Amino acid sequence: MIKDSQALIIDKKNWGDYYLFDLKSAKIAFSAQPGQFIMVRPSAYYHPLLRRPFSLHFQHKENIQIFFKITGQGTFLLSQKKPGDWLDIIGPLGKGFSIGAEIKGKVTALVGGGRGIAPLYFLAHRLNQQGAKVKIFYGGQSRNDLPLKNKIEADGFELHLATDDGSFGFKGFITELLRQKIKKIKPFKVYACGPEAMMAEIAHLLVEEKISSEYSLESVMGCGFGVCWGCVRRIKREGQLLWLKTCQEGPVFSAEEIIWADGQK
Amino acid sequence: MIDLSVDLGFLKLKNPIIAASGTFGYGQEFEPFIDLNQLGGLVIKGLYFSPRQGNPPPRLAETHAGLLNSVGLQGIGVQRFSEEILPHLQKYKTSLIVNVCGEDEEEYARVVDFLNNKPGLAAYELNISCPNVKKGGLCPALKADSTYSLVKLVKRVSSRPLITKLSPNVTDIQEIALSAQEAGSDAVSLVNTFLAMAIDPETRKPRLANVLGGLSGPAIKPIALRMVYQTACCLQIPVIGLGGIFSGSDALEFLIAGARAVEVGTANMIDPEATVKIIKELENYCQKHNLKRIEEIVGTLKTNSEE
Repeated sequence: MIKDSQALIIDKKNWGDYYLFDLKSAKIAFSAQPGQFIMVRPSAYYHPLLRRPFSLHFQHKENIQIFFKITGQGTFLLSQKKPGDWLDIIGPLGKGFSIGAEIKGKVTALVGGGRGIAPLYFLAHRLNQQGAKVKIFYGGQSRNDLPLKNKIEADGFELHLATDDGSFGFKGFITELLRQKIKKIKPFKVYACGPEAMMAEIAHLLVEEKISSEYSLESVMGCGFGVCWGCVRRIKREGQLLWLKTCQEGPVFSAEEIIWADGQK
Repeated sequence: MIDLSVDLGFLKLKNPIIAASGTFGYGQEFEPFIDLNQLGGLVIKGLYFSPRQGNPPPRLAETHAGLLNSVGLQGIGVQRFSEEILPHLQKYKTSLIVNVCGEDEEEYARVVDFLNNKPGLAAYELNISCPNVKKGGLCPALKADSTYSLVKLVKRVSSRPLITKLSPNVTDIQEIALSAQEAGSDAVSLVNTFLAMAIDPETRKPRLANVLGGLSGPAIKPIALRMVYQTACCLQIPVIGLGGIFSGSDALEFLIAGARAVEVGTANMIDPEATVKIIKELENYCQKHNLKRIEEIVGTLKTNSEE
């Protein structure tokens, strides 16, 4: 059920350009699923005009969390909000990750690049509740891009870290670290979110290894609830190539369905 | 009790607020947010005869107080619309209008012919801004003669009132509006989006895959308002105004300029409750200004020469 809502900011943390907001929104929290998102209005005025989509980072009782990086004016304005302020939000929106009953007892790998870790944290907890074994791969450009590493570790998840510059963990892309470990870990399923190139490379690797995987795609969205048809991606479904809405049919799609950007032309 | 209804002659609306095509999907997407019965009307996203893929992404770019789009009228076609959507929408007590598209004159006629015997529609809005495939992509809306011949053709086929939606990308909007009227259009709606573009200087690439797109939102409102004013002055048929309406005050500007009703577009995407909020604001305005009927303010612009 989609609802329009005012959410109270009850807590805010930040590490450099990365922000974590705790929002009180019982209606949204009640039906939130990992991989779903909310649309937040960054300004009550006309610039920036559009709402911004944010993955649900966590849900606990009547609270939800969003985790984001300042990447433009909308996220900058949002970062200026303080506990006690209200946010104009709509959600939960979209189709999230699939977590079937068959996941119980299975090994899952969650691969997050930079702010792409946002939806995977919520997913990790749900998978854990479902009895899956969760291994998290978390990569960034440098150690400053891994602000959630302590929190994830403290929650007891097995964590594999990589930085492009080698300032923390494995030196190189997280995709390379995953490639090195994949045969040993033998995950039943992989879930990923991050830069397009990262996800495309993981998808190619996993198709080779015949491992099922899902990806949370990012797109500029006009509305977030399926009316503007602005956020489409090339998706293969039932033998047909379609432009499907990231906001409604996604944002999560499986490896078999996604036509990656390099193949879109 | 304030009377918000407006009379278009061929159609009476319970209030002057119509949800604009392309920003309201097929209507049902708004059910979680608003009661569709409250709307004066709603215009269904543009329908071609067959399902349509639309343009490649990126299809959207945000600009200052505006939104650029090149969605390319992706849609489900008339068959699926009449089977899957229309029966569901018919239960609502609001005026359902279908925005009609075509790749050539014949397709427009086929869409209307197909929908004519489907119950529950109040009117057609003719989207004359679709590129004509047979004429090298030229839109009928850009010329008076092509506007005239298309409206004439569709009017002949149509069993319902016809609203012609005009493009603002013309030199003389009055000339085009008059040609639509002369061809038998029952009303005109304006404006569609302004042809525009945006570039990322870092990559030197256009922000839209299609390079060019249509600009909507608050940024276009003053220009849209000017064109509605100019058109309302010279037409006998009713004018429906649109372009960047985000508030009751915006809607009132168009009504005062001479529009008999207005369409709310881009605002729906940002605030799905925008239409009902605007209706409430119109009611408040009437109360404040002691108006019994909203129609009393249509075309009441006070210019210096009249004072």
